[in-house]
Amino acid sequence: MPAPLLSLHGVTKRYGPVLANDAVDLDVAAGSIHAVLGENGAGKSTLMKLIAGVERPDAGRIEWDGAPVAPSSPAQAQRMGVGIVFQHFALFETLSVVQNVALVIPGRQADLARRIRDTGDRFGLPVNPDAMVHRLSVGERQRVEIIRCLMLDPRLLILDEPTSVLPPQAIPPLFDTLRGMRDRGMALLFISHKLGEIRDLCDTATILRGGRVVDRVDPRDRTPTELAQAMIGRDMPPRVRAVPRMPGTVRLSLEGVTWDNPDPFGTSLSDVSLGVRSGEVVGIAGISGNGQAEMAAILSGEVTLDRADAVTLMGRPAGRTGAADRRRAGLAFVPEDRLGRGAVPDMSLSDNTLLTAHGHGLTWRGFLRHARERAMTSAIIANNDVRTPSAATEAGALSGGNLQKFVMGREIALAPDVLVVAQPTWGVDVAAAAAIRARLIALRDAGCAVLVISEEIEELFEICDRMHVLHHGRLSPSLTTADVTPTDVGRHMIGAA
Amino acid sequence: MVRLMRRDRASRSAMVAAPLLALGAAVLVSLILFAALGKPAGVALHALLIRPFASWYSFSEVLLKAAPLMLIAQGLAIGFRANVFNIGAEGQFVMGAVAASALPVLGGDPSGPWVMPLMLGAGMAGGLAWAGLAAFARDRFGASEILVTLMQSLIAVQVLNYLLLGPWKDPRGFNFPVSVMFPDAALLPILLPGTRTNVLLVFALLASVLAWVLMRHRLTGFQLLVGGLAPGAARYAGIAPRRAVWLSLGLGGLAAGLAGAGEVMGPLGQLQRSVAAGYGYAAIVVAYVGGLNPLGIVVAAVAISAVYIGGDAATVSAGLPVPAVEVFQGLLLAFYLVAFVLVRYRIARMPGPATRAATPRRGGRPRTFDGPVPSAADGGP
Repeated sequence: MPAPLLSLHGVTKRYGPVLANDAVDLDVAAGSIHAVLGENGAGKSTLMKLIAGVERPDAGRIEWDGAPVAPSSPAQAQRMGVGIVFQHFALFETLSVVQNVALVIPGRQADLARRIRDTGDRFGLPVNPDAMVHRLSVGERQRVEIIRCLMLDPRLLILDEPTSVLPPQAIPPLFDTLRGMRDRGMALLFISHKLGEIRDLCDTATILRGGRVVDRVDPRDRTPTELAQAMIGRDMPPRVRAVPRMPGTVRLSLEGVTWDNPDPFGTSLSDVSLGVRSGEVVGIAGISGNGQAEMAAILSGEVTLDRADAVTLMGRPAGRTGAADRRRAGLAFVPEDRLGRGAVPDMSLSDNTLLTAHGHGLTWRGFLRHARERAMTSAIIANNDVRTPSAATEAGALSGGNLQKFVMGREIALAPDVLVVAQPTWGVDVAAAAAIRARLIALRDAGCAVLVISEEIEELFEICDRMHVLHHGRLSPSLTTADVTPTDVGRHMIGAA
Repeated sequence: MVRLMRRDRASRSAMVAAPLLALGAAVLVSLILFAALGKPAGVALHALLIRPFASWYSFSEVLLKAAPLMLIAQGLAIGFRANVFNIGAEGQFVMGAVAASALPVLGGDPSGPWVMPLMLGAGMAGGLAWAGLAAFARDRFGASEILVTLMQSLIAVQVLNYLLLGPWKDPRGFNFPVSVMFPDAALLPILLPGTRTNVLLVFALLASVLAWVLMRHRLTGFQLLVGGLAPGAARYAGIAPRRAVWLSLGLGGLAAGLAGAGEVMGPLGQLQRSVAAGYGYAAIVVAYVGGLNPLGIVVAAVAISAVYIGGDAATVSAGLPVPAVEVFQGLLLAFYLVAFVLVRYRIARMPGPATRAATPRRGGRPRTFDGPVPSAADGGP
């Protein structure tokens, strides 16, 4: 084996009481695709930040080309030859592709445009340099990010969960591109928790658990189950399959909702109709940014419509009804952004329980019943395995996954007649995600009408009775889960159906 | 590059030490300043800091001034915590004073037990109406309440001038711009015999308790807080923002109006132009120095009132020029705010400015306190 390009020895990083990376050793060779595999919170992101110079290790050393280095800033790491493609893009929507590139790479725009085309051709990443970023699809935006990194001639490219935003059809071309880079002698660090992709693409995998390296394997030699066990440290939780049952009456529906988004960069909805009945889980598949946020806000009552009968809740027209009244009518809602919307970061978990549960015996004539508030919060914490020092901890201090568990738990604890959930398992580890899905199915079996908006197709296939795909603000016809494949759904996701 | 990073937890001892350190720093700088002016620094500081507490009478004057400050600040703090910034309590205070004065000025020589409650009620109504205009403008037209209330304050003072120079001028007042002296029935009872401290102090303490109950024990107060801390979460939970606007401005106007009534029914005993002495603006300082917390505001009102009384004393006994007194007051406040920030944030040295492409800062872990960073859109709404 040739000498590694990047080599980490005993790298340790601590955030207060949390040991994010504990004596991590990692060797990345040129001409290879190296996977860093781990659950949420396993320390993948921290490790990436240390390599990229965003953070500095507390102990251990980093070697580049055999020489010790201490990248103290991203610019320095960049000069060294490290490029990063983040999961969420750092592009200005109001600028064109070439203008976004020019923010990072000096040069005349005409030259840069030519170089963007050249780089795109060389690596199979077609992109129009003059296009405005807000007009690009998610896949195209990712291409812009990758091209921008490649134009700096990196020797190591780090990709953070690059497939999480892509429709299934867009993944194989991306992988071809990445393999092309490897064949040109670049080193790639591929960060993911998707086992299939890692087995497909990577030649080495370092598995992180709780900040430590637990195994180094060739992923092509292992089964997904073995990899999953190594990743979570125990057997995968059993999948709860939804048993088909007869759904009841329609509890939540949209009738021909057309909504012009006042935000020029938002998505407008056109003629969206759907119905969710008691005792069924309906999924909304599709890539975020295709109207999911708008649809969720219209369902929750955060956005009201002019026409009352455009939304029906529990048999009553609710289009002009605000969020509080819809909650009183039996709706509960988990938004995709937990911090600042689903929860107030600067308030305790107890107060965050109060946020939506105050109608459930937590007040008396407008006075708060603090003891009941705490009791209900403790129950939510215990029932949903929320890791927190206490109910008095501020919501902003919880990790994303734990806060998601809390918000989900709170809304489920309201015993809703209708539950709308956006991205139920974002940022949640494998075991907790399985628990959340099981609770959604239990809720459905108890007669609740459940609508799940999710980017994760596997998840929708696991829990939904039916699903629609939202693409460019239009909703596909209802697809019965048992009769379709992920590829069918994927076609709707890119508007090819 | 140096940045302020939010501490995980502010230590209690630091919170107590902060005001003392600020006081020490202000004293130190003032000593140099007063010495440079050739004034007796020791005498000046004694007047500024000790005199307000040195005698029962001067302390009662502190309490007299503290009452309206406390009352107004309690009302304002509710709005500030709900992100409704009523900067024009001065105008509401003046309109409260004007409305309360209407009865004794226009009603002949009223007497009877109903006079006082009627005037207090009129004062509250005056402040409420004045603030209500701003609430209406914000609710209906989206006009910034900061600008509207601030400009309304200037108008209120002109209304006061017009009345005192014209229709409400005391015909036997030797052409001075003052109203008639109020009859006894229109004057607030004295709380501490032998002093000027009146029952407005009781109202202010009562308002403090009510503010505490509202913000700690009422759902309404909780919802106001949510609206201030996380507007997105308020929308999510269905908390109407217009309610926060009306309630915040309404309570602020009510409290300021009552304080204005108390001023003309107490120490002034008539409507004068000096009623617009800046209580409404000072109360903003009181509210923030008190940490927008009802108990903190009680303490801050007394402390800041003492600083004002001490300043008056220093001009007399040490011959300090008024600007020097104002510099001392300003130093005290500035050092306090610095100390207060350092209790909550620590100074951290950061690596040089990073290339944006490699480090997109998205609402990350350390809450930084530096200027806004051009945030790259994350794709999709």
